[in-house]
Amino acid sequence: MVPVSYYLALSGVLFGLGMIAFVFKRNIITVFMSIELMLNAVNLAFVAFSRALGQLQGQVFVFFVIVVAAAEAAVGLGIILVIARNRQTLNVERVDSLKH
Amino acid sequence: MSEFASEHPILLVALPKIVVLLFLLLTSLAYLTWFERKVVAHIQARWGPYRVGPHGLLQPLADGLKFLFKEDVTPAGADKFVYFLAPFLSLSLAITSIAVIPFGPREFTMFGQHTRLAITDLNIGLLVLFAITSMSVYGVALAGWSSNSKYPLLGGLRSSAQMVSYELALTMSVVGVLLMAGTFNLTEIITAQGGFHWGFLPRWNFFAGPLPQVIGFCCFFTAAVAETNRAPFDLAEAESELVAGFHTEYASFKFAMFFMAEYASMITVSCLAAILFFGGWLSPVPPAAFFWARYIPTGAFALAGLALIAHGVRYLTIFGRVLLPTLGLILCGLAALLASPGINELAQGPFWFLIKVAIFLFIYVWVRGTLPRFRYDQLMAIGWKLLLPLAILNVVLTSLAIVWTGR
Amino acid sequence: MTLPLFLFSVLAVVAVAGAVSLILQRHPIHSALSLIVVMVALAGLYLLLGAEFIAAVQVIVYGGAIMVLFVFVIMLLNAGEEERTDFSRMARWAGLPLAAVFLVEVAYGVARAASRLPTAAQAPVSTRELAELLFRDYVFPFELTSFLILVAVLGAIVLARREDSD
Repeated sequence: MVPVSYYLALSGVLFGLGMIAFVFKRNIITVFMSIELMLNAVNLAFVAFSRALGQLQGQVFVFFVIVVAAAEAAVGLGIILVIARNRQTLNVERVDSLKH
Repeated sequence: MSEFASEHPILLVALPKIVVLLFLLLTSLAYLTWFERKVVAHIQARWGPYRVGPHGLLQPLADGLKFLFKEDVTPAGADKFVYFLAPFLSLSLAITSIAVIPFGPREFTMFGQHTRLAITDLNIGLLVLFAITSMSVYGVALAGWSSNSKYPLLGGLRSSAQMVSYELALTMSVVGVLLMAGTFNLTEIITAQGGFHWGFLPRWNFFAGPLPQVIGFCCFFTAAVAETNRAPFDLAEAESELVAGFHTEYASFKFAMFFMAEYASMITVSCLAAILFFGGWLSPVPPAAFFWARYIPTGAFALAGLALIAHGVRYLTIFGRVLLPTLGLILCGLAALLASPGINELAQGPFWFLIKVAIFLFIYVWVRGTLPRFRYDQLMAIGWKLLLPLAILNVVLTSLAIVWTGR
Repeated sequence: MTLPLFLFSVLAVVAVAGAVSLILQRHPIHSALSLIVVMVALAGLYLLLGAEFIAAVQVIVYGGAIMVLFVFVIMLLNAGEEERTDFSRMARWAGLPLAAVFLVEVAYGVARAASRLPTAAQAPVSTRELAELLFRDYVFPFELTSFLILVAVLGAIVLARREDSD
């Protein structure tokens, strides 16, 4: 059997990698994808804990996280479309002022 | 030998099954193209492939050789990795979906291990099929984008938007069946459709149950035709429209991979339709006639073999006069094999299942030869405004029927 | 090396490789493909943890719908490769080892703190149990999420609409 701590360590590593990508990447879409990576890492932690403690609430919560992430992706990508249309750039360093 | 088998069940039991099934699948893919060309041709009052081998039976072989030997052109500026990945992704996903389909009920022993007539029997078998279908959107979208060209990009985006839209209607139309069966396991869905009403009407999901799933089946089949990008929903890849859509810039073997992926998903969807709505490997013969009904497969094969021999000996070319009667003799031999008691039991389920799958494939080809194609906005309107509400209505009615009949 | 441990190692290596590839790739479409690989690897890990319905939902919703949305937007916006900026030498030569050290520390700390938890060997969770929990105790959040999705759909349509057409 694989110890639960292995899964949690993997979840921590994935979350850290997502955080690194969030800080260092300059394309808005890639930054958004790193947010999804962090959410996935958290989902893995939830499922691992659900298995370790023998309760199903962890999986129910994962279900809700997936649904909310879908809604967030839809709206976030809509916002990205508008930004790309107005500023003609996808570089986060160039959309850092309210005045165009 | 059987201790080795029980310690490594994957090697000795699953691997031969995978190899046999893969071989059968690839052969039937090839001959499905022949079947389609012949049927569409006869619908259009012409002959179809006729010269390459008797009745064009060696045409798939010729096509395969052509695809292998054509020059492989890669467009300039194409993203190399994604350009090579897209057809592989499409084909491997389409072929993988055959792994969860059950072909028959009987268990048989191979090297001392009891196995069923399926590669796996998953508790979430149906969900795995939908997962594979939803991942196959990527093959189309990435193919269109990586070709670095206008028409493939537009065709790819249109095709993938169409596939995503009809996926919703596809999965919703199946929920009625799931409510009635109570499980995602395909084998259990089939066994829940066992039994006969009034002694002669089989209790398949299309005819019986708390609510006969007629709307569900019609939505499912229409959505499946659209999902596999087949006529009349094939605007994105039709020759007269966007050149050839997302696979314009693909040359010999990669185009063949897309081609095979499309036919493989046709076969998968036909298998699903047979399993979910028409009882899978259950026989339609009422129980009163069970005794002599066991010899229907034998009789069918023997008839086909004898007809082929009788036609073959008077064929035009010498090659045909040799090949066709040989095929007929092979079929008669199979018929004799099927009459022996052990194999007869085993072959009942797969025989009826394959008959149903063949009927659905014929309907697929028939629809292609008959109906004109839809314009893209009509297509999307049908998916969102007609099929999805119908599927939701089916779910509501099925739930009401289940609560009412108290099952 | 038992089979679950072997499968876990393979899937974990694939997931971490996908995440690293997301950081290192220059074109957003390659980053998106790497993220899809991570998600499929995570679905395999959920299967190892006995959560079969969640694994299927992860592939269908996350891998088959959300990432398709990302790929569409990348194609529509014709996102090109990222421009090269001048990283300071220090950031490149010291940043990577420090990031690796940080990650190893996180993994070690988490693993040590959680080593007391048992791994009960249970059967995979059936969809029926999950559904009973979802539709009995959590039916109110369930209905709220359907409302949330409706709001998200409306928001996305309004945001992406062009100003000149009506």
